[in-house]
Amino acid sequence: MSESLELITTSSDEGTLPLPEPLCREIYDKMLTIRRFEEAVLEIYTQGLMRGLAHLYIGQEASAVGICSALNDDDYLTSTHRGHGHLIAKGGKVDRMMAEMMGKVDGYNRGKGGTMHIADMSLGILGANGIVGGGMGMATGAALSGKMRGSGQVAVCFFGDGAINQGAFLESANLASVWSLPVLFVCENNHYGEYTAASDVTAVREHVAERAAGFNMPAMVVDGNDAVAVHQTAVEMVERARAGEGPCLIENKTYRYRGHHVGDGDPEKTYRTQEETDTWLAKDPIPRFARRMLKAGMVDETELESIDADITKRVEDAVTFANESPYPTADEVTDHVYA
Amino acid sequence: MSTPERVITYGEAVREAIAEEMRRDETVFFMGEDVAAAGGVFKVTVGLLDEFGEDRVRDTPISEAGIMGAGVGAALTGMRPIVEIMFGDFITIAMDQIVNQAAKMCYMTGGQAMVPLTIRTTIGAGRSSAAQHSQSLQAWLSHIPGVKVAIPSTPADLKGLLKTSIRDDNPTVIYEDKMMYGLKGPVPDDDDYTIPFGVADIKREGSDVTLVATSSMVHTALKAADMLDKEGIGAEVVDPRTLSPLDMDTIIRSVEKTSRAVVVDEAYQSYGVTGELASRIADEAFDYLDAPVKRVGAMDVPVPFSPGLEPQTIPDEAKLVRTVQGLFHDVTV
Ligand SMILES: Cc1ncc(C[n+]2csc(CCOP(=O)(O)OP(=O)(O)O)c2C)c(N)n1
Ligand SMILES: [Mg+2]
Repeated sequence: MSESLELITTSSDEGTLPLPEPLCREIYDKMLTIRRFEEAVLEIYTQGLMRGLAHLYIGQEASAVGICSALNDDDYLTSTHRGHGHLIAKGGKVDRMMAEMMGKVDGYNRGKGGTMHIADMSLGILGANGIVGGGMGMATGAALSGKMRGSGQVAVCFFGDGAINQGAFLESANLASVWSLPVLFVCENNHYGEYTAASDVTAVREHVAERAAGFNMPAMVVDGNDAVAVHQTAVEMVERARAGEGPCLIENKTYRYRGHHVGDGDPEKTYRTQEETDTWLAKDPIPRFARRMLKAGMVDETELESIDADITKRVEDAVTFANESPYPTADEVTDHVYA
Repeated sequence: MSTPERVITYGEAVREAIAEEMRRDETVFFMGEDVAAAGGVFKVTVGLLDEFGEDRVRDTPISEAGIMGAGVGAALTGMRPIVEIMFGDFITIAMDQIVNQAAKMCYMTGGQAMVPLTIRTTIGAGRSSAAQHSQSLQAWLSHIPGVKVAIPSTPADLKGLLKTSIRDDNPTVIYEDKMMYGLKGPVPDDDDYTIPFGVADIKREGSDVTLVATSSMVHTALKAADMLDKEGIGAEVVDPRTLSPLDMDTIIRSVEKTSRAVVVDEAYQSYGVTGELASRIADEAFDYLDAPVKRVGAMDVPVPFSPGLEPQTIPDEAKLVRTVQGLFHDVTV
């Protein structure tokens, strides 16, 4: 049995902000951009301007941003069906993302992929994914490639608590470990798959990160609503990976504030309790980080408001851009089947 | 004397078939992702957990290979599992257990073993679900000896075929079109109502052309038949209902009458169900044919997300009508 894992959090120390100010500003900006972007997605979806399935990342912002703020531009990531946050955190442009949500030609994938498949190869974003566990092998392969090319690049594989029960996890984690590949397996444990509690379908003592022991890789259990804790953990693990010391498993404990996807009902009426949701709402990563910036004297209330206004405007502009972009023409349908 | 009928939806047909078979045989059980407490992502299995309890209606981890393997193992050893794979696209993850294990057991063991496993999964595009949630992969398992395949187009066919498949001693797959769960239709009001595999159904009679159509395409073919009627072309719509075994007799008899055939299926056209059916018709009904057998399938492209691109990739009645008109070119021009 593995020794028990301690939760990595800086919550007892919220009076301080041990990161440089420009980084703090970037983290806050990215988290709030994700929040406002997802709120806009909710709105356009509800208005019928967007089709398909919209899986919102609201509540989990500190996980994507904490991890990606420890990466270089040319590092890789693989994402999931709940991928909008990962893309924004890695530098994805909200206007091109929004256009993709609506299936427009100016979208990242020229409208061919939609919400679950956005990629930006120039930013190392190898794609969101409609298949649960679908990115695990790819992240491992990207790390292998980086290692073989001697590029120093690392790969981050984001996945959910549900995905850790896919066979692909065992196969990828084992491969990454025996070959000492620079990959960070980042499990975003939001405690539910679609409508089933992780605890009902996952055989672990307490944390899914315990599984790392079986692959001889370090395990980190992190307060996933604490951007500082996530960032610091990621920095340490990225450094280790770049030094050739191999993969790790990071479990970010977090919560999605909305349903599994837009339009699938009120989770608090079915598979979760209001009480549970409320305890997580109290740990909302964005106000938590804002309070720390305030205490550290990096910003005041007025500036927080103007940051929000700027971001809101950027997202509104993205929606306008997407609305104005045309659908791809019919003849594009046969383009890109092959390279 | 005829059995009374009730009108239910395609989705309700699933629920009724499973519930009736679970009442009838206590070795029948049902498992899949989010199927129990939530009643499935398409809400078609709501209520089964309440009636049968957690032992027989199981929410599983997201582990398609593992669930399918567990289904095969339970089926080998006295149970009759029904395994749901939420989207047919995800069946790829469970392929080894179906293709190399379940399908081969009976034969490889010289008839000692049987695998009475029912797999339910979905097919169908049309809701901007993009390339990994929209495929119609029915050809894949139809290719495999040892697996039986049903592809029902109506609530009555779905209910009858699903019940038969649960009672069958072989691995069977039911492909349900996710766009049709709300479709209503009459079903016989009889707990023992079943439909044998390998019996096609003539969904509409006609004397000038045979449209062999599967699943959602049966409805497309019926619409096309109405349009063709106005041009004086009588289309007969034949629904094979099961792809394996396949009722060629009914198809051949229809072609004998009409002398022309078009095959339509929602999957990628190349190397699929339409290819198999067309070649069998060309081969077995050659003497009756006045025109080449034509095929209509989806475009050979991954299903695109954009509402500006997706619709044209799926066969529709206009395309079917044009294809049929082409067969009458010599006569009408
Ligand atoms: C292989 C596969 N199986 C099932 C699904 C359907 N599905 C989509 S998301 C999801 C739940 C995923 O849960 P988790 O990994 O915890 O991610 P979260 O949604 O919580 O972010 C399921 C079952 C899928 N897309 N792919
Ligand atoms: Mg989850």
